[in-house]
Amino acid sequence: MQFFIDNFDILRDAFLTTLSLSLLAGLLALVLGTLLAAMRVSPVAPLRGLATFYVEVFRNTPLTVVFFFIIFGLPQIDFVIDFFPGAVLSVGLYTAAFVCEAVRSGINAVSPGQAEASRALGLTFGQSLREVVLPQAFRTVVPPLGNVLIAMVKNTSIAAGFSVSELSSTLPRLVNANAGDLLFVLLGVVIGYMLITLPAAYAVHRLERKVAILR
Amino acid sequence: MSTPVLFDVPGPRARSRARIGTAIGAVLIAALIVFVLIRLAGNGQLDPARWAVLFDPNSGVPQALFKALLKTLQVAAVGMVFATAVGLLLAVGRLSDHRWVRVPVSAFIEFFRAIPLLVVIFALYFVLPKFGVDLSAFAALTGGLVLYNSAVLAEIFRAGILSVDRGQREAAYGIGLRKSQVMSLVLLPQAVRRMLPVLIAQLVVLLKDSSLGFIIGYFELLRQARSLVEFFSRDFGSTYTFQLYVAAALFYIVVNVLLSQLARYAESRTRRSTKTAGTGDAELPAGVQMDASGGEAPPV
Repeated sequence: MQFFIDNFDILRDAFLTTLSLSLLAGLLALVLGTLLAAMRVSPVAPLRGLATFYVEVFRNTPLTVVFFFIIFGLPQIDFVIDFFPGAVLSVGLYTAAFVCEAVRSGINAVSPGQAEASRALGLTFGQSLREVVLPQAFRTVVPPLGNVLIAMVKNTSIAAGFSVSELSSTLPRLVNANAGDLLFVLLGVVIGYMLITLPAAYAVHRLERKVAILR
Repeated sequence: MSTPVLFDVPGPRARSRARIGTAIGAVLIAALIVFVLIRLAGNGQLDPARWAVLFDPNSGVPQALFKALLKTLQVAAVGMVFATAVGLLLAVGRLSDHRWVRVPVSAFIEFFRAIPLLVVIFALYFVLPKFGVDLSAFAALTGGLVLYNSAVLAEIFRAGILSVDRGQREAAYGIGLRKSQVMSLVLLPQAVRRMLPVLIAQLVVLLKDSSLGFIIGYFELLRQARSLVEFFSRDFGSTYTFQLYVAAALFYIVVNVLLSQLARYAESRTRRSTKTAGTGDAELPAGVQMDASGGEAPPV
Protein backbone atom coordinates (compact mmCIF):
# COMPACT_ATOMS: atom_id res chain seq x y z
CA MET A 1 0.00 0.00 0.00
CA GLN A 2 2.93 2.26 0.85
CA PHE A 3 3.92 2.09 -2.80
CA PHE A 4 0.64 3.60 -3.98
CA ILE A 5 0.84 6.39 -1.40
CA ASP A 6 4.43 7.20 -2.39
CA ASN A 7 3.82 7.22 -6.12
CA PHE A 8 0.28 8.55 -6.16
CA ASP A 9 1.35 11.81 -7.81
CA ILE A 10 3.21 10.10 -10.65
CA LEU A 11 0.39 7.69 -11.35
CA ARG A 12 -2.29 10.37 -11.15
CA ASP A 13 -0.44 12.70 -13.54
CA ALA A 14 0.16 9.82 -15.94
CA PHE A 15 -3.47 8.78 -15.72
CA LEU A 16 -4.65 12.33 -16.43
CA THR A 17 -2.28 12.56 -19.41
CA THR A 18 -3.66 9.33 -20.84
CA LEU A 19 -7.20 10.52 -20.21
CA SER A 20 -6.78 13.92 -21.87
CA LEU A 21 -4.84 12.35 -24.74
CA SER A 22 -7.70 9.89 -25.25
CA LEU A 23 -10.43 12.53 -25.06
CA LEU A 24 -8.77 14.98 -27.46
CA ALA A 25 -7.72 12.30 -29.95
CA GLY A 26 -11.16 10.68 -29.73
CA LEU A 27 -12.86 13.98 -30.53
CA LEU A 28 -10.57 14.58 -33.50
CA ALA A 29 -11.11 11.01 -34.75
CA LEU A 30 -14.91 11.22 -34.45
CA VAL A 31 -15.19 14.51 -36.34
CA LEU A 32 -12.69 13.63 -39.05
CA GLY A 33 -13.93 10.04 -39.36
CA THR A 34 -17.55 11.15 -39.87
CA LEU A 35 -16.47 13.64 -42.52
CA LEU A 36 -14.48 10.91 -44.28
CA ALA A 37 -17.47 8.54 -44.14
CA ALA A 38 -19.68 11.23 -45.70
CA MET A 39 -17.06 11.70 -48.40
CA ARG A 40 -16.96 7.96 -49.09
CA VAL A 41 -20.68 7.83 -49.90
CA SER A 42 -20.86 11.20 -51.69
CA PRO A 43 -21.80 11.64 -55.37
CA VAL A 44 -18.47 13.30 -56.19
CA ALA A 45 -16.03 10.63 -57.34
CA PRO A 46 -12.80 12.49 -56.41
CA LEU A 47 -14.04 12.94 -52.83
CA ARG A 48 -14.75 9.21 -52.65
CA GLY A 49 -11.30 8.47 -54.01
CA LEU A 50 -9.60 10.84 -51.60
CA ALA A 51 -11.36 9.36 -48.55
CA THR A 52 -10.65 5.80 -49.70
CA PHE A 53 -6.99 6.66 -50.18
CA TYR A 54 -6.79 8.18 -46.70
CA VAL A 55 -8.40 5.15 -45.07
CA GLU A 56 -6.24 2.64 -46.94
CA VAL A 57 -3.01 4.46 -46.12
CA PHE A 58 -3.73 4.90 -42.42
CA ARG A 59 -5.13 1.42 -41.92
CA ASN A 60 -2.01 -0.15 -43.38
CA THR A 61 0.53 1.99 -41.54
CA PRO A 62 1.57 1.08 -38.01
CA LEU A 63 0.62 3.77 -35.50
CA THR A 64 4.28 3.94 -34.51
CA VAL A 65 5.15 5.02 -38.06
CA VAL A 66 2.41 7.66 -38.01
CA PHE A 67 3.96 8.97 -34.80
CA PHE A 68 7.33 9.11 -36.52
CA PHE A 69 6.01 11.15 -39.40
CA ILE A 70 4.15 13.60 -37.20
CA ILE A 71 6.92 14.10 -34.65
CA PHE A 72 10.08 13.74 -36.77
CA GLY A 73 8.66 14.30 -40.27
CA LEU A 74 6.67 17.51 -39.84
CA PRO A 75 9.73 19.50 -38.71
CA GLN A 76 11.18 18.74 -42.15
CA ILE A 77 8.51 20.99 -43.66
CA ASP A 78 9.06 23.54 -40.90
CA PHE A 79 6.15 22.63 -38.64
CA VAL A 80 7.65 21.87 -35.29
CA ILE A 81 5.11 20.21 -33.07
CA ASP A 82 5.32 19.45 -29.38
CA PHE A 83 5.20 15.84 -28.17
CA PHE A 84 1.73 15.95 -26.60
CA PRO A 85 -0.09 17.73 -29.47
CA GLY A 86 1.85 15.47 -31.82
CA ALA A 87 0.55 12.42 -29.99
CA VAL A 88 -3.03 13.76 -30.13
CA LEU A 89 -2.67 14.39 -33.85
CA SER A 90 -1.14 10.96 -34.57
CA VAL A 91 -3.68 8.95 -32.60
CA GLY A 92 -6.54 11.09 -33.91
CA LEU A 93 -5.57 10.85 -37.59
CA TYR A 94 -4.94 7.10 -37.27
CA THR A 95 -8.21 6.35 -35.47
CA ALA A 96 -10.21 8.53 -37.90
CA ALA A 97 -9.66 5.89 -40.58
CA PHE A 98 -11.26 3.23 -38.37
CA VAL A 99 -14.09 5.55 -37.29
CA CYS A 100 -14.77 6.19 -40.97
CA GLU A 101 -15.06 2.47 -41.67
CA ALA A 102 -17.37 1.93 -38.69
CA VAL A 103 -19.66 4.83 -39.65
CA ARG A 104 -19.71 3.71 -43.28
CA SER A 105 -20.76 0.21 -42.28
CA GLY A 106 -23.54 1.88 -40.27
CA ILE A 107 -24.64 3.94 -43.29
CA ASN A 108 -24.75 0.75 -45.32
CA ALA A 109 -26.88 -0.89 -42.64
CA VAL A 110 -29.65 1.73 -42.87
CA SER A 111 -32.36 0.18 -44.99
CA PRO A 112 -32.45 1.57 -48.55
CA GLY A 113 -36.13 2.43 -48.19
CA GLN A 114 -35.20 5.22 -45.77
CA ALA A 115 -32.90 6.92 -48.26
CA GLU A 116 -35.34 6.32 -51.12
CA ALA A 117 -38.17 7.84 -49.12
CA SER A 118 -36.15 10.91 -48.23
CA ARG A 119 -35.10 11.29 -51.85
CA ALA A 120 -38.74 10.95 -52.90
CA LEU A 121 -39.64 13.74 -50.48
CA GLY A 122 -37.19 15.94 -52.37
CA LEU A 123 -34.42 16.14 -49.79
CA THR A 124 -31.01 16.80 -51.25
CA PHE A 125 -28.02 14.51 -50.68
CA GLY A 126 -26.82 16.61 -47.77
CA GLN A 127 -30.27 16.81 -46.20
CA SER A 128 -31.07 13.12 -46.51
CA LEU A 129 -27.67 12.24 -45.08
CA ARG A 130 -27.96 14.73 -42.20
CA GLU A 131 -31.62 14.35 -41.32
CA VAL A 132 -32.41 10.75 -42.13
CA VAL A 133 -29.49 8.41 -42.74
CA LEU A 134 -26.75 9.53 -40.36
CA PRO A 135 -28.94 9.72 -37.21
CA GLN A 136 -29.97 6.12 -37.82
CA ALA A 137 -26.47 5.10 -38.83
CA PHE A 138 -24.98 6.45 -35.59
CA ARG A 139 -27.41 4.36 -33.57
CA THR A 140 -26.39 1.14 -35.26
CA VAL A 141 -22.69 1.91 -35.01
CA VAL A 142 -22.65 2.61 -31.27
CA PRO A 143 -21.10 -0.80 -30.45
CA PRO A 144 -18.42 -0.86 -33.19
CA LEU A 145 -17.65 2.82 -32.67
CA GLY A 146 -17.32 2.21 -28.95
CA ASN A 147 -14.91 -0.63 -29.64
CA VAL A 148 -12.86 1.60 -31.92
CA LEU A 149 -12.60 4.25 -29.22
CA ILE A 150 -11.73 1.73 -26.49
CA ALA A 151 -9.03 0.27 -28.71
CA MET A 152 -7.83 3.83 -29.24
CA VAL A 153 -7.41 4.33 -25.49
CA LYS A 154 -5.13 1.31 -25.50
CA ASN A 155 -3.30 2.64 -28.55
CA THR A 156 -2.42 5.87 -26.75
CA SER A 157 0.16 3.77 -24.90
CA ILE A 158 2.43 4.08 -27.96
CA ALA A 159 2.93 7.74 -27.03
CA ALA A 160 5.16 6.32 -24.27
CA GLY A 161 7.82 5.78 -26.94
CA PHE A 162 7.70 9.45 -27.85
CA SER A 163 8.43 11.27 -24.61
CA VAL A 164 4.82 11.67 -23.50
CA SER A 165 4.71 10.71 -19.85
CA GLU A 166 1.45 8.77 -19.89
CA LEU A 167 0.54 5.58 -18.04
CA SER A 168 2.66 3.02 -19.92
CA SER A 169 5.75 5.20 -19.75
CA THR A 170 5.61 5.13 -15.95
CA LEU A 171 6.04 1.35 -16.01
CA PRO A 172 9.78 1.14 -16.85
CA ARG A 173 10.49 4.17 -14.64
CA LEU A 174 8.66 2.84 -11.59
CA VAL A 175 10.04 -0.68 -12.10
CA ASN A 176 13.57 0.63 -11.83
CA ALA A 177 12.79 2.75 -8.80
CA ASN A 178 10.70 0.21 -6.88
CA ALA A 179 12.32 -3.17 -7.34
CA GLY A 180 10.39 -4.55 -4.37
CA ASP A 181 6.90 -3.70 -5.54
CA LEU A 182 6.87 -4.93 -9.12
CA LEU A 183 3.40 -6.40 -9.04
CA PHE A 184 2.02 -3.19 -7.55
CA VAL A 185 3.60 -1.20 -10.37
CA LEU A 186 1.92 -3.44 -12.93
CA LEU A 187 -1.32 -3.32 -10.99
CA GLY A 188 -1.24 0.48 -10.88
CA VAL A 189 -0.78 0.82 -14.63
CA VAL A 190 -3.38 -1.83 -15.48
CA ILE A 191 -5.92 -0.30 -13.10
CA GLY A 192 -5.27 3.07 -14.71
CA TYR A 193 -6.27 1.74 -18.11
CA MET A 194 -9.22 -0.18 -16.72
CA LEU A 195 -10.47 3.00 -15.03
CA ILE A 196 -10.96 4.35 -18.55
CA THR A 197 -11.88 1.28 -20.59
CA LEU A 198 -14.33 -0.45 -18.23
CA PRO A 199 -16.60 2.60 -17.62
CA ALA A 200 -16.37 3.36 -21.35
CA ALA A 201 -17.46 -0.19 -22.20
CA TYR A 202 -20.31 0.09 -19.70
CA ALA A 203 -21.39 3.46 -21.12
CA VAL A 204 -21.33 2.06 -24.65
CA HIS A 205 -23.46 -0.86 -23.51
CA ARG A 206 -26.01 1.43 -21.84
CA LEU A 207 -26.08 3.80 -24.80
CA GLU A 208 -26.52 0.90 -27.19
CA ARG A 209 -29.59 -0.34 -25.30
CA LYS A 210 -30.97 3.16 -25.05
CA VAL A 211 -30.72 4.18 -28.70
CA ALA A 212 -31.10 0.79 -30.37
CA ILE A 213 -33.67 0.74 -33.15
CA LEU A 214 -35.90 -2.29 -33.08
CA ARG A 215 -36.28 -3.56 -36.59
CA MET B 1 -27.70 0.01 -49.13
CA SER B 2 -25.84 0.66 -52.33
CA THR B 3 -24.47 4.14 -52.67
CA PRO B 4 -26.52 5.44 -55.62
CA VAL B 5 -29.72 5.35 -53.54
CA LEU B 6 -28.58 8.43 -51.66
CA PHE B 7 -28.60 10.67 -54.70
CA ASP B 8 -29.99 10.79 -58.24
CA VAL B 9 -27.65 10.07 -61.07
CA PRO B 10 -26.17 13.55 -61.54
CA GLY B 11 -27.61 15.54 -64.41
CA PRO B 12 -25.60 17.81 -66.72
CA ARG B 13 -25.65 20.78 -64.32
CA ALA B 14 -24.66 18.75 -61.29
CA ARG B 15 -21.98 17.06 -63.34
CA SER B 16 -20.50 20.36 -64.44
CA ARG B 17 -20.64 21.61 -60.84
CA ALA B 18 -18.89 18.46 -59.72
CA ARG B 19 -16.29 18.97 -62.42
CA ILE B 20 -15.63 22.53 -61.29
CA GLY B 21 -15.45 21.36 -57.69
CA THR B 22 -13.08 18.59 -58.70
CA ALA B 23 -10.88 21.04 -60.56
CA ILE B 24 -10.75 23.42 -57.59
CA GLY B 25 -10.11 20.53 -55.22
CA ALA B 26 -7.39 19.15 -57.45
CA VAL B 27 -5.78 22.58 -57.60
CA LEU B 28 -5.91 22.86 -53.80
CA ILE B 29 -4.41 19.41 -53.28
CA ALA B 30 -1.80 20.08 -55.95
CA ALA B 31 -1.03 23.35 -54.19
CA LEU B 32 -0.65 21.50 -50.88
CA ILE B 33 1.67 18.93 -52.45
CA VAL B 34 3.67 21.67 -54.17
CA PHE B 35 3.87 23.53 -50.86
CA VAL B 36 5.18 20.43 -49.08
CA LEU B 37 7.64 19.74 -51.90
CA ILE B 38 8.86 23.34 -51.88
CA ARG B 39 9.35 23.22 -48.13
CA LEU B 40 11.16 19.90 -48.47
CA ALA B 41 13.27 21.22 -51.33
CA GLY B 42 13.92 24.37 -49.35
CA ASN B 43 15.39 22.19 -46.64
CA GLY B 44 17.32 20.28 -49.28
CA GLN B 45 15.40 17.04 -48.65
CA LEU B 46 14.74 16.36 -52.33
CA ASP B 47 18.41 16.40 -53.26
CA PRO B 48 18.95 13.20 -55.31
CA ALA B 49 22.20 12.59 -53.46
CA ARG B 50 20.23 12.24 -50.26
CA TRP B 51 17.94 9.59 -51.71
CA ALA B 52 20.73 7.76 -53.52
CA VAL B 53 21.98 6.40 -50.22
CA LEU B 54 18.91 4.17 -50.06
CA PHE B 55 19.91 2.37 -53.25
CA ASP B 56 23.67 2.42 -52.92
CA PRO B 57 24.92 -1.02 -51.78
CA ASN B 58 28.25 0.49 -50.76
CA SER B 59 26.59 2.49 -47.97
CA GLY B 60 25.18 -0.71 -46.50
CA VAL B 61 21.78 0.92 -46.15
CA PRO B 62 19.75 -1.35 -48.47
CA GLN B 63 21.24 -4.45 -46.87
CA ALA B 64 20.54 -3.16 -43.37
CA LEU B 65 16.95 -2.27 -44.22
CA PHE B 66 16.27 -5.64 -45.85
CA LYS B 67 17.81 -7.41 -42.90
CA ALA B 68 15.52 -5.37 -40.64
CA LEU B 69 12.54 -6.24 -42.83
CA LEU B 70 13.46 -9.91 -42.39
CA LYS B 71 13.63 -9.42 -38.64
CA THR B 72 10.22 -7.74 -38.66
CA LEU B 73 8.79 -10.60 -40.72
CA GLN B 74 10.51 -13.09 -38.42
CA VAL B 75 8.82 -11.69 -35.33
CA ALA B 76 5.53 -11.43 -37.18
CA ALA B 77 5.75 -15.00 -38.54
CA VAL B 78 6.60 -16.58 -35.19
CA GLY B 79 3.94 -14.44 -33.54
CA MET B 80 1.32 -15.36 -36.13
CA VAL B 81 1.90 -19.12 -35.87
CA PHE B 82 1.88 -19.23 -32.09
CA ALA B 83 -0.95 -16.71 -31.67
CA THR B 84 -3.16 -18.69 -34.06
CA ALA B 85 -2.40 -22.01 -32.35
CA VAL B 86 -2.88 -20.64 -28.84
CA GLY B 87 -5.95 -18.72 -29.99
CA LEU B 88 -7.55 -21.92 -31.29
CA LEU B 89 -6.90 -23.70 -28.00
CA LEU B 90 -8.27 -20.77 -26.01
CA ALA B 91 -11.39 -20.58 -28.16
CA VAL B 92 -12.07 -24.29 -27.65
CA GLY B 93 -11.27 -23.90 -23.96
CA ARG B 94 -13.73 -21.05 -23.58
CA LEU B 95 -16.48 -23.17 -25.12
CA SER B 96 -15.61 -26.15 -22.92
CA ASP B 97 -18.29 -27.96 -20.92
CA HIS B 98 -16.05 -28.03 -17.88
CA ARG B 99 -16.21 -24.99 -15.70
CA TRP B 100 -12.66 -25.42 -14.40
CA VAL B 101 -11.42 -24.99 -17.97
CA ARG B 102 -13.90 -22.37 -19.08
CA VAL B 103 -13.53 -19.88 -16.23
CA PRO B 104 -9.72 -19.50 -16.17
CA VAL B 105 -9.57 -19.38 -19.96
CA SER B 106 -12.25 -16.67 -20.08
CA ALA B 107 -10.40 -14.69 -17.42
CA PHE B 108 -7.15 -15.01 -19.38
CA ILE B 109 -8.81 -13.80 -22.60
CA GLU B 110 -10.62 -10.89 -20.97
CA PHE B 111 -7.50 -9.78 -19.10
CA PHE B 112 -5.29 -9.63 -22.17
CA ARG B 113 -7.96 -7.89 -24.20
CA ALA B 114 -8.34 -5.20 -21.56
CA ILE B 115 -4.75 -3.97 -21.34
CA PRO B 116 -2.61 -2.36 -24.02
CA LEU B 117 -0.15 -4.55 -25.90
CA LEU B 118 2.68 -2.22 -24.95
CA VAL B 119 2.02 -2.84 -21.26
CA VAL B 120 2.25 -6.61 -21.87
CA ILE B 121 5.54 -6.16 -23.69
CA PHE B 122 6.88 -3.83 -20.97
CA ALA B 123 5.86 -6.35 -18.32
CA LEU B 124 7.75 -9.12 -20.10
CA TYR B 125 10.78 -6.98 -20.81
CA PHE B 126 11.17 -4.88 -17.66
CA VAL B 127 9.34 -6.76 -14.91
CA LEU B 128 10.23 -10.40 -15.54
CA PRO B 129 14.02 -9.81 -15.30
CA LYS B 130 13.48 -8.66 -11.70
CA PHE B 131 12.13 -12.13 -10.98
CA GLY B 132 15.20 -13.67 -12.55
CA VAL B 133 13.71 -14.44 -15.96
CA ASP B 134 15.75 -12.60 -18.55
CA LEU B 135 14.06 -12.33 -21.91
CA SER B 136 15.72 -11.01 -25.05
CA ALA B 137 13.98 -8.16 -26.85
CA PHE B 138 12.91 -10.69 -29.48
CA ALA B 139 11.36 -13.03 -26.91
CA ALA B 140 9.61 -10.19 -25.08
CA LEU B 141 8.20 -8.74 -28.29
CA THR B 142 7.06 -12.10 -29.65
CA GLY B 143 5.70 -13.15 -26.27
CA GLY B 144 3.70 -9.95 -25.96
CA LEU B 145 2.33 -10.27 -29.48
CA VAL B 146 1.35 -13.91 -28.88
CA LEU B 147 -0.33 -13.28 -25.50
CA TYR B 148 -2.27 -10.28 -26.70
CA ASN B 149 -3.26 -11.53 -30.15
CA SER B 150 -4.11 -15.07 -29.06
CA ALA B 151 -6.79 -13.52 -26.82
CA VAL B 152 -8.21 -11.53 -29.72
CA LEU B 153 -7.96 -14.46 -32.14
CA ALA B 154 -9.66 -16.72 -29.59
CA GLU B 155 -12.68 -14.43 -29.67
CA ILE B 156 -12.65 -14.47 -33.47
CA PHE B 157 -12.55 -18.28 -33.55
CA ARG B 158 -15.25 -18.48 -30.91
CA ALA B 159 -17.51 -16.21 -32.96
CA GLY B 160 -16.80 -18.44 -35.96
CA ILE B 161 -17.58 -21.65 -34.07
CA LEU B 162 -20.82 -20.16 -32.76
CA SER B 163 -21.78 -19.07 -36.26
CA VAL B 164 -21.85 -22.67 -37.49
CA ASP B 165 -25.44 -23.79 -37.88
CA ARG B 166 -26.75 -25.80 -34.93
CA GLY B 167 -27.84 -28.60 -37.24
CA GLN B 168 -24.24 -29.30 -38.14
CA ARG B 169 -23.31 -30.10 -34.57
CA GLU B 170 -26.49 -32.05 -33.93
CA ALA B 171 -25.97 -34.10 -37.07
CA ALA B 172 -22.37 -34.78 -36.06
CA TYR B 173 -23.47 -36.01 -32.62
CA GLY B 174 -26.24 -37.92 -34.36
CA ILE B 175 -23.85 -40.04 -36.39
CA GLY B 176 -21.97 -40.88 -33.18
CA LEU B 177 -18.93 -38.61 -33.23
CA ARG B 178 -17.31 -37.77 -29.94
CA LYS B 179 -17.09 -34.25 -28.53
CA SER B 180 -13.50 -33.77 -29.68
CA GLN B 181 -14.32 -35.15 -33.11
CA VAL B 182 -17.32 -32.85 -33.51
CA MET B 183 -15.06 -29.90 -32.73
CA SER B 184 -12.09 -30.90 -34.85
CA LEU B 185 -13.84 -32.51 -37.81
CA VAL B 186 -17.04 -30.51 -38.16
CA LEU B 187 -17.06 -27.19 -36.34
CA LEU B 188 -13.49 -25.89 -36.60
CA PRO B 189 -13.00 -26.45 -40.35
CA GLN B 190 -16.11 -24.43 -41.10
CA ALA B 191 -15.42 -21.80 -38.48
CA VAL B 192 -11.87 -21.18 -39.68
CA ARG B 193 -12.98 -20.83 -43.29
CA ARG B 194 -15.76 -18.51 -42.27
CA MET B 195 -13.42 -16.31 -40.25
CA LEU B 196 -10.50 -16.34 -42.66
CA PRO B 197 -10.84 -12.69 -43.79
CA VAL B 198 -11.10 -11.38 -40.22
CA LEU B 199 -8.27 -13.68 -39.20
CA ILE B 200 -5.97 -12.31 -41.89
CA ALA B 201 -6.95 -8.75 -41.01
CA GLN B 202 -5.98 -9.43 -37.40
CA LEU B 203 -2.67 -10.91 -38.56
CA VAL B 204 -2.03 -7.67 -40.46
CA VAL B 205 -2.54 -5.88 -37.15
CA LEU B 206 -0.04 -8.24 -35.56
CA LEU B 207 2.51 -7.37 -38.23
CA LYS B 208 1.88 -3.66 -37.69
CA ASP B 209 2.21 -4.10 -33.94
CA SER B 210 5.64 -5.67 -34.36
CA SER B 211 6.80 -2.06 -34.87
CA LEU B 212 6.41 -1.70 -31.09
CA GLY B 213 9.76 -3.49 -30.95
CA PHE B 214 11.12 -0.04 -31.63
CA ILE B 215 10.26 1.06 -28.12
CA ILE B 216 12.06 -1.80 -26.38
CA GLY B 217 15.01 -1.74 -28.77
CA TYR B 218 14.48 -4.81 -30.95
CA PHE B 219 16.15 -4.21 -34.29
CA GLU B 220 13.11 -4.33 -36.55
CA LEU B 221 12.54 -1.94 -39.45
CA LEU B 222 11.79 1.18 -37.50
CA ARG B 223 14.57 0.69 -34.95
CA GLN B 224 17.02 -0.10 -37.75
CA ALA B 225 16.03 3.10 -39.55
CA ARG B 226 16.53 4.99 -36.29
CA SER B 227 19.94 3.47 -35.68
CA LEU B 228 21.03 4.16 -39.26
CA VAL B 229 19.95 7.74 -38.70
CA GLU B 230 22.05 7.90 -35.56
CA PHE B 231 24.98 6.30 -37.39
CA PHE B 232 24.85 8.74 -40.28
CA SER B 233 24.23 11.79 -38.15
CA ARG B 234 27.70 11.39 -36.68
CA ASP B 235 29.27 12.20 -40.04
CA PHE B 236 26.56 13.89 -42.04
CA GLY B 237 24.25 15.57 -39.52
CA SER B 238 20.59 15.01 -40.29
CA THR B 239 21.24 14.62 -44.01
CA TYR B 240 19.53 11.25 -44.40
CA THR B 241 17.06 11.30 -41.51
CA PHE B 242 13.90 11.95 -43.49
CA GLN B 243 14.79 9.55 -46.32
CA LEU B 244 15.43 6.61 -44.00
CA TYR B 245 12.11 7.01 -42.19
CA VAL B 246 10.24 7.31 -45.47
CA ALA B 247 11.90 4.09 -46.66
CA ALA B 248 10.92 2.24 -43.47
CA ALA B 249 7.32 3.45 -43.74
CA LEU B 250 7.13 2.37 -47.39
CA PHE B 251 8.27 -1.15 -46.44
CA TYR B 252 5.45 -1.41 -43.91
CA ILE B 253 2.81 -0.04 -46.24
CA VAL B 254 3.78 -2.37 -49.11
CA VAL B 255 3.83 -5.51 -46.94
CA ASN B 256 0.55 -4.62 -45.23
CA VAL B 257 -1.27 -3.71 -48.42
CA LEU B 258 -0.20 -7.07 -49.88
CA LEU B 259 -1.56 -8.89 -46.82
CA SER B 260 -4.78 -6.86 -46.93
CA GLN B 261 -5.22 -7.83 -50.56
CA LEU B 262 -4.82 -11.44 -49.48
CA ALA B 263 -7.61 -10.87 -46.93
CA ARG B 264 -9.85 -9.43 -49.65
CA TYR B 265 -9.09 -12.40 -51.91
CA ALA B 266 -9.87 -14.81 -49.07
CA GLU B 267 -13.12 -12.96 -48.46
CA SER B 268 -14.24 -13.32 -52.06
CA ARG B 269 -13.28 -17.00 -51.95
CA THR B 270 -15.26 -17.60 -48.75
CA ARG B 271 -18.25 -15.84 -50.19
CA ARG B 272 -18.29 -18.18 -53.17
CA SER B 273 -17.30 -21.31 -51.29
CA THR B 274 -19.94 -23.89 -50.51
CA LYS B 275 -17.87 -25.16 -47.63
CA THR B 276 -19.08 -22.38 -45.35
CA ALA B 277 -22.73 -22.76 -46.33
CA GLY B 278 -23.44 -24.20 -42.89
CA THR B 279 -22.47 -20.98 -41.10
CA GLY B 280 -24.73 -18.11 -40.22
CA ASP B 281 -24.05 -14.48 -39.33
CA ALA B 282 -21.15 -14.29 -36.94
CA GLU B 283 -21.26 -11.74 -34.19
CA LEU B 284 -17.82 -10.21 -34.12
CA PRO B 285 -16.31 -9.83 -30.66
CA ALA B 286 -15.65 -6.40 -29.23
CA GLY B 287 -12.31 -4.94 -30.16
CA VAL B 288 -12.03 -6.81 -33.42
CA GLN B 289 -13.90 -4.27 -35.49
CA MET B 290 -11.09 -1.84 -34.92
CA ASP B 291 -8.88 -4.14 -36.86
CA ALA B 292 -11.15 -6.08 -39.17
CA SER B 293 -11.25 -5.14 -42.81
CA GLY B 294 -14.28 -2.97 -43.42
CA GLY B 295 -15.37 -2.97 -39.81
CA GLU B 296 -18.13 -5.50 -40.38
CA ALA B 297 -18.59 -9.19 -40.84
CA PRO B 298 -18.33 -10.12 -44.50
CA PRO B 299 -21.77 -10.88 -45.89
CA VAL B 300 -22.40 -14.55 -46.53
